[in-house]
Amino acid sequence: MTTSITVEGLEVVFDRFRALKGVSLEVREGESYGLVGESGSGKSTLLRAITGLAPVASGTIIVNGKTLGKTRDKAFYRDVQMVFQDPYGSLHPRQTVDRLLQEPLAIHGIADGEKRIERALDEVGLGKGFRFRYAHQLSGGQRQRVAIARALILEPSILLLDEPTSALDASVQAEVLNLLEEVRRRRKLTFLMVSHDLAIITHMCERLMVMQNGQAVETLTASQLIGHRVSEDYTRNLLRASEGFVRV
Amino acid sequence: MSDTLLDVDDLRVTFPTRTGLVQAVRGVSFSLGRERLGIVGESGSGKSQTGRAIMGLTPPQAEVSAKKLAFDGIDLLSISPRERRALRGNRIAMILQDPKYSLDPVMTIGRQIVETLRTHEKVSKAEARERALAMLQAVQIRDPARVFDLYPHEVSGGMGQRAMIAMMLVTGPELMIADEPTSALDVTVQLDVLKILDKLVAERGMGLIFISHDLRLVSSFCDRVVVMYAGKVVEQIKASELRDAQHPYTRGLLNCMPRVGFERHPLPVLDRKPEWAA
Repeated sequence: MTTSITVEGLEVVFDRFRALKGVSLEVREGESYGLVGESGSGKSTLLRAITGLAPVASGTIIVNGKTLGKTRDKAFYRDVQMVFQDPYGSLHPRQTVDRLLQEPLAIHGIADGEKRIERALDEVGLGKGFRFRYAHQLSGGQRQRVAIARALILEPSILLLDEPTSALDASVQAEVLNLLEEVRRRRKLTFLMVSHDLAIITHMCERLMVMQNGQAVETLTASQLIGHRVSEDYTRNLLRASEGFVRV
Repeated sequence: MSDTLLDVDDLRVTFPTRTGLVQAVRGVSFSLGRERLGIVGESGSGKSQTGRAIMGLTPPQAEVSAKKLAFDGIDLLSISPRERRALRGNRIAMILQDPKYSLDPVMTIGRQIVETLRTHEKVSKAEARERALAMLQAVQIRDPARVFDLYPHEVSGGMGQRAMIAMMLVTGPELMIADEPTSALDVTVQLDVLKILDKLVAERGMGLIFISHDLRLVSSFCDRVVVMYAGKVVEQIKASELRDAQHPYTRGLLNCMPRVGFERHPLPVLDRKPEWAA
């Protein structure tokens, strides 16, 4: 099995604040890998560093065999796409769904736009009727489907998911998680997914890394986590918290 | 549950919009003693508007009506705004979701607590300060004197939420409405804040209305749960009997969340029926 993403000793520094303090991880091709931690743990920063949205101070990132430099070329973005947390903030409010989906196609000079848009909308469970709507005419779940369609339209091999369901209601969350699992199976995608919710990560991912204060706490498989075979206290605390409130 | 603290009968909240009237709350009824009641529902179910209507914080353009909306025998809909104000923050208090937005950013935390107290009670500045510090201590803030002089942006989310709880409890309210008090917090901090809230509510024998979208959290925290859908109550059930919930919506909500150790692919999704909203 080949590796899809390799990160070694990654440091991200904002002014004097070290958001990531030497993080390493390896995601295999076709795998779904989770990052868990509380706010400020650096899990989103790690995703953003991979896509070039955060300033990398040192360390290497290798995606599909290519070592990334300061800038990312177009080919990188054809291969790696990201879905953001807040579907209310990540869609342009004055563009129709059609226009939103055209943009990546125009950037990459892809000709068969018509077909691709129809297929992408179909794939995320939105019919043709949604094509000429604006973001404000859609519910949160529908917006996140559009964001997923936008990411899929370039046929990437890797999806970076930054808390894709935390802004959604529980029932809508289930629908979006099911959709993500389905497209991953169909397209054999690699997922790198961030969430603060252990239950979601164990549901979606085979392996995961627990993060705290910009560092890796430990790396586990989902079954280790489910079996409570964890070695760090911090992970144990997270596990306990995910079981809900217990009156003492 | 002998004495009824709050009696809500057929509560309706209507908003005028460009396309006509929208009923956010459509005939909600429940009563509350000195217990913990959870109100659960998805966004748009009217759970927050129910809480706000009880508190008297409905936007002015909206209309609130009810056959009965009584707190401790006082008809909340017929009293003057002035009388309502005297209740609010004093005998009825409300904790909001995000301390980042609901604390005054240009006032120190201590001053905000003191302001709340001095609005409702005639106390000297020194005594108010003493009581604010004691309250900060009660919500388990380690160094109350330091936090007293901090501004909201200087504290973490969990600390800010504790400060808000302190501010709401300092007047010794009888009814507390908590609208998603922990949704903006990290999971580990969530439990700390809930523990503090739980202890204080139990010690002081308050009535608590806990509004949340998280059915599992609510059921572990409250005695009774009201489940809302499209502005209506679809089910009222004891938290301990939630497993035997009758309504398909309640059951769907319980089911659709992933849980550590329960593998289900794909996750069951809600099959919404139009008659639920009828």
